[in-house]
Amino acid sequence: MQFRNHKVVGDILALAQRYCDEGADELVFYDITASPDDRTVDRSWVDRVASVINIPFCVAGGIRSLADAEDVLNKGADKISINSPALANPDLIGELATRFGSQCIVIGIDSRAESGDYCVYQYTGDPDRTRAAERLTSDWIAEVQRRGAGEIVLNCMNQDGVRQGYDTAQIASMRAICSVPLIASGGAGALQHFAEVFSETNVDGALAASVFHSAQIHIADLKRYLADRGISIRP
Amino acid sequence: MTHVAIIDSGGANIASVRYAFDRLGATSELTTDAETIRSAPRVLLPGVGAARDAMRRLRAAGLTDVIRELQQPVLGICLGMQLMCEASEEEDTDCLGIFTAAAKQLSGSPDRPVPNMGWCATSARSPHPLLRHIDDGSYFYYVHGYAIPVTAQTVATAEHSQSFSAILARDNFVAAQFHPERSSDVGAKLLQNFVRSSA
Repeated sequence: MQFRNHKVVGDILALAQRYCDEGADELVFYDITASPDDRTVDRSWVDRVASVINIPFCVAGGIRSLADAEDVLNKGADKISINSPALANPDLIGELATRFGSQCIVIGIDSRAESGDYCVYQYTGDPDRTRAAERLTSDWIAEVQRRGAGEIVLNCMNQDGVRQGYDTAQIASMRAICSVPLIASGGAGALQHFAEVFSETNVDGALAASVFHSAQIHIADLKRYLADRGISIRP
Repeated sequence: MTHVAIIDSGGANIASVRYAFDRLGATSELTTDAETIRSAPRVLLPGVGAARDAMRRLRAAGLTDVIRELQQPVLGICLGMQLMCEASEEEDTDCLGIFTAAAKQLSGSPDRPVPNMGWCATSARSPHPLLRHIDDGSYFYYVHGYAIPVTAQTVATAEHSQSFSAILARDNFVAAQFHPERSSDVGAKLLQNFVRSSA
């Protein structure tokens, strides 16, 4: 879920409630209002989300310190997801895991195929700042696990936003080196894309945004479709 | 209106469990006060954090015997369940000993990542008021790296690399490895059963 200003908070609550009712297993909120320079981030929306929904939710974006993380978790978020700040300061991962436990520390990784390898990108929230992080995705996945990540969301940028299916080749190769829960992201456009990623990669979850926001896919329909194909999923 | 005393064992993220009681119309307060805990109609021992640190805080607050001697319905959640056992392998910690069992580290594999995070089908072994009107095999939300083997006090199980106790019960004490406050409508139903149970 992306949102740009406080005026839409009412819509976020309604949308969160709708996804809960439709059977979503977890919600991730990408808080792109939290700019790098903003010292007084208003996170009261986290409180309000926690008060209305009864499934786990994760907050991504704008978390750069133990204090940021504590604020978000105390307001009722179950997990925090860190991406660029972890690349800028990898020690942050261990500090967060020690203080709050690995189970609530999610590392988001934006990865793209490049000349035969998969490479990490950072600052992908801002097209003007997006750049290669000069790390191989496989190296970074190994490192964040060593440092205490409890879950990894792998966003395959080649596929992101194009709705042509998850990058199952990349996800399968990363699954082989990932012993914490791994969530596939990027590329979902049709029901069969979800079936493919679960049957071909043994991933723990699949994340999607635009197909749900546009109501192109209803979560209840998707779950019935997956269950009919023998994929173990909460009804 | 039922009032729930939530024992403060130091973990972050008490907000979601308090909101869950709010939605059921129950009031709750976070406390370490022995008299408040003894006199509350319901007591919750929540749990996010580490076993050793939580036990240290309960001892420092003089609450270990208070909790063991409670007569009203008491519910432990996640780490709270492990604290109600005899011990946990997590930093080799002595716990409250309400249940005759000890928490052991989950063994992971590429098919079964640790921590176990997600929705697991949960099967009843014996009837319990906490599970009233909840379908057998319902999915609950789990987040844990340690688990309690199946014992005589196990009333529901779930599967990871092997079966473990999803719910333990003894007299007025009951405990869940999953997070009912984050387990959608079945979790809300379970909390409602706890709040409304007659003890």
